[in-house]
Amino acid sequence: MTRSLYLIFLFFFYLFLQVIILNKILLFGYVNPYLYISFVFFYPLKKNRFLFLFLSFLLGLCIDFFSDTGGIHAFSTLFIAYIRLPLIHFLFKKTPIDYTLFKLELEQVGQIFNFVVTLTLIHHLLLFSFTNFSYQNFDRVLINTIFSSILTLLLFFLVSYIFRKKR
Amino acid sequence: MQQIIYFIEKYKHFLFFLLLAFFAMFLIINNHSFHKSKFVNSANEITGGFYQKTSEISDYLHLKKQNTALTNENINLKNHIEKLRVNLHSTREKSIIISTDTKRKYQYIDAKIIKNEYHKAFNFLTINKGKKDSVTPEMAVINGKGIIGMTDASTNNYARVQSILNKNSKINARLKNSYYFGTLIWNGENYNTVQLIDIPRQVKIKLGDTIVTGGKSTIFPGGILIGKVIKTHLGTTAINSIDIELFNDMSNLGNIYIVKNFQKEEIKSLENKQK
Repeated sequence: MTRSLYLIFLFFFYLFLQVIILNKILLFGYVNPYLYISFVFFYPLKKNRFLFLFLSFLLGLCIDFFSDTGGIHAFSTLFIAYIRLPLIHFLFKKTPIDYTLFKLELEQVGQIFNFVVTLTLIHHLLLFSFTNFSYQNFDRVLINTIFSSILTLLLFFLVSYIFRKKR
Repeated sequence: MQQIIYFIEKYKHFLFFLLLAFFAMFLIINNHSFHKSKFVNSANEITGGFYQKTSEISDYLHLKKQNTALTNENINLKNHIEKLRVNLHSTREKSIIISTDTKRKYQYIDAKIIKNEYHKAFNFLTINKGKKDSVTPEMAVINGKGIIGMTDASTNNYARVQSILNKNSKINARLKNSYYFGTLIWNGENYNTVQLIDIPRQVKIKLGDTIVTGGKSTIFPGGILIGKVIKTHLGTTAINSIDIELFNDMSNLGNIYIVKNFQKEEIKSLENKQK
């Protein structure tokens, strides 16, 4: 019960953090961090993924509502939510038995880094390709992806460093 | 039959993913066509109300700037009135009757931008007036310095504006000192510059020439300021586009006017008849 309440809190926290603060950063005029995708990283691992996929989709859609982007955030977030499980299988070598005990922050730093970087890059690439919505200006898509990914990742690791639990 | 159930059971997550992905795709494509009604936009009651609240707070920080902008505009308008008054007197002396009781063509509705963006290829703004104040889609949005965009969706209290910084925007524009006209577009790169295309080749264009709206559409009245020419592609190049620097700083917008055209229906019905 407390866990699902915590997830609901997390959902709205990321939504409003993104909409009120992060969407207005616009470093150099176009570089924006998209920290809300850490919802996908931290969502507990379960065998039944329907709720997880739906919530990720919904979080993206809510951000779309606020930033007038159709379904771009919804699609990108849904996509990384779907490929999260295969990526966990591949990177952390987990079997379905380990699902309940899996916690991202308890894994090795290098593996966490690979995991987060891969998902962030895929998400941002999809996001900016759809925002651009044409085959032209692909160089700008790549530049946007790289710079925004750097900013997102910096912010993500900073925040998780500050809020990490002392062991 | 068992095979099908087995298949669904095996790929249920993938099928669910596909379903949601197709829905998202549908929304993305829907968002890029101007004449479709849109479900996902920031002009609905929840997001609109939210942006209204946040802009009420952040507006305090920009009050001084807004005040100077409005005073400047007032001064310009007052000077304009004085000029017109002089003209009016001189025409009266020549005993030409001016019919001032003809029907007003445009009405200006004031509104405020509660959400602004300029970093994407397809930018939209949200304003705090909607159907209650007779704001409907396809109305011009301007401010004292020049054009901003046109409305493309409205709810009871809010409306969404397709910015001129949107790759789908095409606006009729002309040179201020001649009647040659072209189409104003944006290539999605710099939010201070837009492009004027389809302008005839024989036109002599100098750097610094002022570009205004052409008034050949039912949305924008003629003569609204747009910007000044900063780069031309002269010579024998196939490129026939002119770079224009906007007078408006699109990253810093506050109070705006919505222009309602009373004769829109009449003009449209006439144009349809000729086909």
